[in-house]
Amino acid sequence: MSERLTVAKTYKLYVGGAFPRSESGRSYPVRDSKGGFLANAAQASRKDVREAVVAARKAFGGWSGATAYNRGQVLYRVAELLEGRREQFMAEVAASEGVPAKRVQSIVDTAIDRWVWYAGWSDKIATVLGASNPVAGPYFSFSVPEPTGVVGLLAPQSSSLLGLVSVLAPAIATGNAAVVVASQDRPLPAITLSEVLATSDVPGGVVNILTGRTAELAPWLASHADVNALDLSGAPEAMTTELERSAANTVKRVLRAKPAEPDWAAAPDMSRLRAFLESKTVWHPMGV
Amino acid sequence: MAAPSPARTGLPPELSDATRDETSLRRFLHGLPGVDQVGVEQRAAGLATRSIKKASKLWAIDTAISMVDLTTLEGADTHGKVRSLCAKARRPDPEHPEVPSVAAVCVYPDMVATAVEALRGSGVGVASVATAFPSGRSSMPVKIADTELAVADGATEVDMVIDRGAFLSGRYGRVFDEIVTIKHACGDVHLKVILETGELATYDNVRRASWLAMLAGADFIKTSTGKVSPAATLPVTHVMLQAVRDWHGSAGTRIGVKPAGGIRTTKDAIRYLVAVHEVAGPEWLTADKFRFGASSLLNDLLMQRRAQLDGHYSGPDYVTVD
Amino acid sequence: MNSNVNPVWEYAPAPENRDIANLKPSYRMFLDGEFVEGEGEPLKSVNPATEEVLAEVSTASPSDVDKAVKAARRAYDRVWGRMPGAERAKYIFRIARMIAERSRELAVLESLDNGKPIKESRDVDVPTASAHFFYHAGWADKLGYAGYGPDPRPLGVAGQVIPWNFPLLMAAWKLAPALACGNTVVLKPAETTPLSALVLAEIIQQADLPPGVVNILPGAGDVGAELVNHPGVDKVAFTGSTDVGKLIQRSLAGSGKKLTLELGGKAANVVFDDAPLDQAVEGIVNGIFFNQGHVCCAGSRLLVAESVADELLDKLHTRISTLRIGDPLDKNTDVGAINSREQLNKINELVSSGEEEGATRWTSPCPLPDKGFFFAPTVFAGVSQAMRIAREEIFGPVLSVLTFRTPDEAVAKANNTPYGLSAGIWTDKGSRILWMADKLRAGVVWANTFNRFDPTAPFGGYQESGFGREGGRTGLEAYLDV
Repeated sequence: MSERLTVAKTYKLYVGGAFPRSESGRSYPVRDSKGGFLANAAQASRKDVREAVVAARKAFGGWSGATAYNRGQVLYRVAELLEGRREQFMAEVAASEGVPAKRVQSIVDTAIDRWVWYAGWSDKIATVLGASNPVAGPYFSFSVPEPTGVVGLLAPQSSSLLGLVSVLAPAIATGNAAVVVASQDRPLPAITLSEVLATSDVPGGVVNILTGRTAELAPWLASHADVNALDLSGAPEAMTTELERSAANTVKRVLRAKPAEPDWAAAPDMSRLRAFLESKTVWHPMGV
Repeated sequence: MAAPSPARTGLPPELSDATRDETSLRRFLHGLPGVDQVGVEQRAAGLATRSIKKASKLWAIDTAISMVDLTTLEGADTHGKVRSLCAKARRPDPEHPEVPSVAAVCVYPDMVATAVEALRGSGVGVASVATAFPSGRSSMPVKIADTELAVADGATEVDMVIDRGAFLSGRYGRVFDEIVTIKHACGDVHLKVILETGELATYDNVRRASWLAMLAGADFIKTSTGKVSPAATLPVTHVMLQAVRDWHGSAGTRIGVKPAGGIRTTKDAIRYLVAVHEVAGPEWLTADKFRFGASSLLNDLLMQRRAQLDGHYSGPDYVTVD
Repeated sequence: MNSNVNPVWEYAPAPENRDIANLKPSYRMFLDGEFVEGEGEPLKSVNPATEEVLAEVSTASPSDVDKAVKAARRAYDRVWGRMPGAERAKYIFRIARMIAERSRELAVLESLDNGKPIKESRDVDVPTASAHFFYHAGWADKLGYAGYGPDPRPLGVAGQVIPWNFPLLMAAWKLAPALACGNTVVLKPAETTPLSALVLAEIIQQADLPPGVVNILPGAGDVGAELVNHPGVDKVAFTGSTDVGKLIQRSLAGSGKKLTLELGGKAANVVFDDAPLDQAVEGIVNGIFFNQGHVCCAGSRLLVAESVADELLDKLHTRISTLRIGDPLDKNTDVGAINSREQLNKINELVSSGEEEGATRWTSPCPLPDKGFFFAPTVFAGVSQAMRIAREEIFGPVLSVLTFRTPDEAVAKANNTPYGLSAGIWTDKGSRILWMADKLRAGVVWANTFNRFDPTAPFGGYQESGFGREGGRTGLEAYLDV
């Protein structure tokens, strides 16, 4: 046992580039896989959801308007900084998920590499998903993918870091802004990730991370009229249909959850990039 | 157009024809070549990379000081405030008497008499905003009276605003007539026409408004009131500098340009001077043809001037605050 | 205070410090992960702005070429060709970042060796080179999405020969896609501009790329010939003159090697009467005076609508007169030095032919330095299609102006060349842009802009301007076995 008392970290929310406590003043104890106390996490309220959506909307214009090259570099920078905090993430993921050392190393490494994978996508999406349309007439017609807007992400409940990165990185790689509800019982890696995001070049508000009760926060995200899409990855199973129904009120795009949480270590494909993209088709006459 | 009196005489036929009636004016303004936004912004950003050092920098700083229209346009303005600004205008840096005076002090009409008194014998001009500055939303008699007040109290320059509402709704003749009328009210007093480019929204509009003002008799075209964001920008000033250069090519006279608002640093000011130098031409590098509408810029110029001469950076406590 | 009535504002010299280039007295070739002496006769790289020798550079002999190709083959077979794309990606990302980190050094070195103005090497060449690596790094683990089938395979060893006009940038254009697709490379930089490629080799070494993945062998055309004809090379990529391109294509006939060529051009820049004239002037200036006109896609033929020709030429002369020609290291220099005496002679010869054939010459009155290879920006008016200056690539700061009356005539004249690399269109009318773009026979068409390059946008020519594309998804094809 060290003679010195360590300085414990206060885990807070991440909204608009700042780290506020919940406006509700609430917190809840976070425990490790064996039930030991780890820390108190802020327990966000519906008003925190509201603030987070405002912050995301405000950031969306700048982020979606940035060049794809710039977004790619920013995401790559996240990977660089994550690499520098590898040990810290390994400790937090191990504590949260109770996985053996070898596995935790692989989880964190995969999470880092996942940022690199999506960093490379940002300036290739339009090339792969866009098209020039050979319409039957004297027109030049082309289609380009565009980000949907503000995306509500209910992060996976069991994979606290890799799962989170796997749903968050593709959403913002294409230019969306995100409001994330972190894994309810394993929120600490998410908050530490937000510290990485805050010190990388991700503009404040592009990613907002809330900790708390998923069941309490999810309905507010699903019904919020200024949220354009919803990822149900970490939604409580009993609520998914109701959330989907609620999302229908403003025709949100909904990415449904798989019945069981997928193996996030598996190589990703483009599906999560496509989930939060619109396609815009432009027509223009050709003539002298 | 109501006022048939031509604002300018001796124009070549293609220009005097343009002001014959509303239709001709519209045809002329819409026949001007377009401005490509991306292109003009790239050109402005490219020129902004010029690196001005040593003697050329000192020259630029002194020239910029001599081009400042030192401005106070606040509801809270008092005679005392205007007098202290005038003292600063006469002698910007009391410890360095070789520093030139600024070009003019720019105030509201009711402050003109105070400024004239305070600047008597200094060679520093007194510019007054007029025509229901900054919005321009009033009746013509009020605008004329506003101008006449400034002129009667001794203003040497009048900075009028155009009716942006009329311009944006395509009533160019109305805007033209207003400028002609105010020019008439000014007599020999120099007229600067404020386009309020931040409200004109497009560079095409900035070019058209520049030509409209020049056709109507402006001695200067000025970007902004300083009350609307964005105020002066480099690309907008590029478009206006190109317009006065083109005007010189057609009409043979040189109209001045005044960016105003948002120019706070020496670095900014030098970028504007580079644009003046390379877009309009060296003939515009004088206070007769180019002005900065600014307030805090002056102290930064003074600090940078000292840094050039002393070899170390100066601080805000070493220049006067007025 | 200067009290001149009509002031003259001379910008004080603002030279970049040449020490930033970390110039070494000698540079060695990069073979199998090491810097080694070549067996060829060393060459001296010259600063074209001062004619002083910058450094001695070792060159490759035929046996060096053989060693390099074998090293590349080993690296391909044992490491690079079988490495997961995600791991290759990370190596290439490292290169991108390190170029950015050393950008100022590379920019100064490039301007010293090539003669291009520092503002171009600083703002265009180096950042774009870094961007090319960054972009292609992202492809390395996504090749299955590029449209060439689920798991496209690399070709093997690529032999690449690049020109002197964009030494570092062309190296990036060649190396980045080759590496991303899983090939290994032997690259020959141009004889007159080998230095930045060898600093890039240093970066590649620092980025810890396995030995042999990239080999850089300086030398003259004979080394290039040795390389492209080496039987161990699976793929040849060449950027340079059309004459040499034809030689290579001929000599590779029957070899089965995959070939891409990026050759000369004689681009038409077409200005209609409704063009945004001031920006057109900028585009024309950028089109022909960027990089002293040493650009294969330079807008060397200005086709202007007769109704605006006089106004445009007036504006053009005025604008060109403000261009500052001189010390490439001066941050205010717009046009730098011609890369070599040989190139300067070629420009002089073609300009004389223009005068002899009756075109009207206008040359900027700008002062030129006393030493070094410089050529003042020049515009020929009254040029007809029959003149040599309208047909041959000058590769210098010389613009030929022709006029047209109708869009059809513009298209006919623009296409009236064996080349087909690029073209420019200036008009406010969108439908005309698209109509023109459809009719023009050129690999790149710029509308209301010129000389834009981006790693995501394929670049390459029609006809005698070559085949194959660099950049974008399309550019990957050149380095995949598809």
